[in-house]
Amino acid sequence: MIPANFTYHRAASVSEAISLSQELGEEAKYMSGGHSLLPMMKLRFATPEHIIDISKIDGLSYIKEEGDLLKIGALTTQTEMEHNKLLKEQYPIFGDAIWLTADPSVRNCGTIGGNIAHGDAANDQPALMLAVRATIIAAGADGEKTIPIDEFFHGFYMTALEAGDILTEIQIPKAKKNSGGAYHKVERKVGDYATAGVAVHIELDDDGICQQIGIGLTNVSAVPMRLERGEEVLRGKKITDELIAEVSQIASEDCEPESDLRGSEAYKRSIVHTITKRMLNKALERARNN
Amino acid sequence: MTINGESVTAEVDSRLLLVHFIRENLDLTGTHIGCDTSNCGACTILLDGKSVKSCTYLTVRADGADITTIEGIAAEGTNHPLQQAFHDQHGLHCGFCTPGMIMRSIDLLKNNPNPTEEEIRWGISGNLCRCTGYNNIVKSVQQAAQEMQKESESV
Repeated sequence: MIPANFTYHRAASVSEAISLSQELGEEAKYMSGGHSLLPMMKLRFATPEHIIDISKIDGLSYIKEEGDLLKIGALTTQTEMEHNKLLKEQYPIFGDAIWLTADPSVRNCGTIGGNIAHGDAANDQPALMLAVRATIIAAGADGEKTIPIDEFFHGFYMTALEAGDILTEIQIPKAKKNSGGAYHKVERKVGDYATAGVAVHIELDDDGICQQIGIGLTNVSAVPMRLERGEEVLRGKKITDELIAEVSQIASEDCEPESDLRGSEAYKRSIVHTITKRMLNKALERARNN
Repeated sequence: MTINGESVTAEVDSRLLLVHFIRENLDLTGTHIGCDTSNCGACTILLDGKSVKSCTYLTVRADGADITTIEGIAAEGTNHPLQQAFHDQHGLHCGFCTPGMIMRSIDLLKNNPNPTEEEIRWGISGNLCRCTGYNNIVKSVQQAAQEMQKESESV
């Protein structure tokens, strides 16, 4: 399969990419790793007239802690994240997710920024970003924007990014003592999109009371979904098996899956129930041991 | 770009996929087209040392890149340790997936010279084989890992 014709442009800097996008208009699309966009172009689901290649822009590939934040450059590849020592030691939720995302060769190309900016609820990073309460930094014609993750995902392939905006950085609150996260998805085969996935991040105080909790769901709604009702049940409480069972039930009720080739609606609700319970337990264990 | 150590210059359509450039423009047909949807890994090559599925990569994006295909991994008249191991361990049956398996395994062994069986299975999870059931492929990668470690120790 060969994509429809387009004109290729390579940007050497963020400002050059933005001005190219301004000049070329709405028919221009940015490409970073290209492993979401190019398959869609080959299937002619997407037929952009212009591709602006942003993958060669210097300085957008990094993972570092600064002040109270973990900062990840948008062009950091999934492979770079997978092998990063800081993420392995302090943020194991990333390893959980990346291990299950596509396969090693695809991860050599795919970037964290692209995975989020694509706006697909089937991707793994959006649910994870909801759980850890990330902030998205984007550059646009009017300067830099700071977008809380809860305002980022607008619809099917639609995000808060406006024409010309480039996602440049992901910021996440730095790992605290007594905090931990976990992610798992059920997939039909290795490398598939999630049949359903659940990301959990828990912060406890010294008495084991849940101070903050984030629960994000993958591929069981049109827009990456936060399990608000479940979070409210746990916040401010000591997390018990009974509460975990209650939240797992809420997750299976509040998710909005549709029957498709990956399974029936009822099957997906059942999966969400099970992995919410497992991920709450796993995140809790990590938080208690951290 | 550089392919297998040789410099190549060409003007191509922006939509030309890298696998088509390699097979049709350069006549290097060892790189196969399988699923054409970045699932099967038959088209795997090394791009700046990393395994990449060339069916899902635009040729124009590889401008200036250093590319290695299955044709470029062994010196004339010899086998790369992975090629020899696939031969010794019957790591192939029809052979269609083999170039991709080997290119992927080069990247795997570079980052993890002594992988466990499980790490090998996950490491080649983006490469599909429909004949062997993978067992002999895993054995091949294990043999090659040992050989390559011996080689690097003797240097």
